[in-house]
Amino acid sequence: MADVNRGNRPLSPHLTIYRPQLTSMTSILTRITGNALLVAALLIVWWFLAAASSPEYFAVVDGVITSWFGDLVMTLSVWGLWYHSLAGLRHLYWDTGRGLEVDTAEKLGIVIIVLSVVLTVLTLLIV
Amino acid sequence: MAYMTDLKRAIGKGSAREGTEHHWSMTKSSVALLILVPLFVFTFGPMLGEPHADVVAYFQRPFPAIVAALTIVVGFMHFKGGAQALIEDYVHGLARKITIILMICLCYGAAATGLFAIAKIAL
Repeated sequence: MADVNRGNRPLSPHLTIYRPQLTSMTSILTRITGNALLVAALLIVWWFLAAASSPEYFAVVDGVITSWFGDLVMTLSVWGLWYHSLAGLRHLYWDTGRGLEVDTAEKLGIVIIVLSVVLTVLTLLIV
Repeated sequence: MAYMTDLKRAIGKGSAREGTEHHWSMTKSSVALLILVPLFVFTFGPMLGEPHADVVAYFQRPFPAIVAALTIVVGFMHFKGGAQALIEDYVHGLARKITIILMICLCYGAAATGLFAIAKIAL
């Protein structure tokens, strides 16, 4: 009895069968930005280590981070950081049991996308 | 045909009973980071591309040094929790264990390196 039809049962549909929606896209983007921030975080730790070591080593690492490629990585990371922070804020709000209706969740999704871009532009202007 | 019972197959496949603690630890670190991240962006950011002597002098001050140290430590611990959830979703079997262990080593290693560097500059 115990081994009847093992591993041969139908599975419920997964990610690929669903039409992309704002809620699912903003969710996966939270995960992507959060994990991609590792690159910038390691660059920053490297930068601090170089600053603690010697002016020559610092010049090399600072040169890497402020090169055109470093600028690209850091600019994208600033956006990722703000997006992830705002998405986290939305999660904290959801955790209180509020804002879970589909239209509210979608409105909040648009808010975090727009606000993350605004904050990124502001950061680039100030920093 | 294997003569395994349903009970034998089910044991060990249930909840690890640590999900609540994991979620709560992410909640705590996320609130901390909501405060730390803006402080870090606007203290660390302007120092990028500055001369070495200015950078060292700046991070010898208590506030920028403490903000940077806290952001690096809390940030990497928050990343550790999030990356573990990512790995658990997409990697299976022995590879999952190895990936999680390596990722945790990287997090503690990077956090320790950042702390060491800031302490060396500040003190």
